Amino acid sequence: MNGPSRRQVLAGSAGALAIATLGVAPAHANNAPDLIKAFTGGKQATEGKVKLDLPEIAENGNTVPMTVSVESPMTDASHVTDVLVVGDGNPNGGMVTFQFSPLSGVAEANTRIRLAATQNIIAVAKMNDGSFVMASKQVKVTIGGCGG
Amino acid sequence: MATAAKPRIKLDKKEARKGDIVEVKALVAHIMETGQRKDAQGNTIPRKIINKFACTVAGKQVFAASFEPAVSANPYIQFKFKATESGPVVLTWTDDDGSTIVGEETIAVT
Repeated sequence: MNGPSRRQVLAGSAGALAIATLGVAPAHANNAPDLIKAFTGGKQATEGKVKLDLPEIAENGNTVPMTVSVESPMTDASHVTDVLVVGDGNPNGGMVTFQFSPLSGVAEANTRIRLAATQNIIAVAKMNDGSFVMASKQVKVTIGGCGG
Repeated sequence: MATAAKPRIKLDKKEARKGDIVEVKALVAHIMETGQRKDAQGNTIPRKIINKFACTVAGKQVFAASFEPAVSANPYIQFKFKATESGPVVLTWTDDDGSTIVGEETIAVT
């Protein structure tokens, strides 16, 4: 066979597209990093303990179910106080903030969010001792959810 | 939305033992207008969302959330709380215009 097959060409162009999309990302950058900075007070959040449950691919960005849970005993001595969720591909980075207390029992919440485009969702949890943990996940969006 | 629709609230149990985890699911009808959309004339439709949600059990706050326009229309929220005492479970949604939608359930803790 001479030259790349149709399949290879398609795979190659899909790859190129993915790279192109990633390359474009900074142009769409919103205030998500600033929101995280304001939330953590400039402190570094470590990866882990936070679980973000989101679909890999959202067919409709208008309503994407999202569950955030944080590993914590949720006692008076050690609990999660706030969880900030931001997305880096929406017109505004902020999505939702959850406030927990030892009375919550479990640091877990679910809501439905709008995603304008394929983007990374980042959840940062603040613990009562002042430390921060985080998780992020990319969601691919087929139809955006901002009415554009 | 001018007419405040009654929120739909569901507790996974109405009676709990002390220390049990109770799951709450709640849905409220609200347009959650983002402030990003434009009407046919090209005018921006002003933002109108529920920006705050809070849940108290027997008068103590167990969970709260702040919403941004990225929360879907007819916001759904699911969370848990630890049963410590019997009493009303009050869920309050606060609109941008300051109006509130309140829903109430009760929990019996033994």
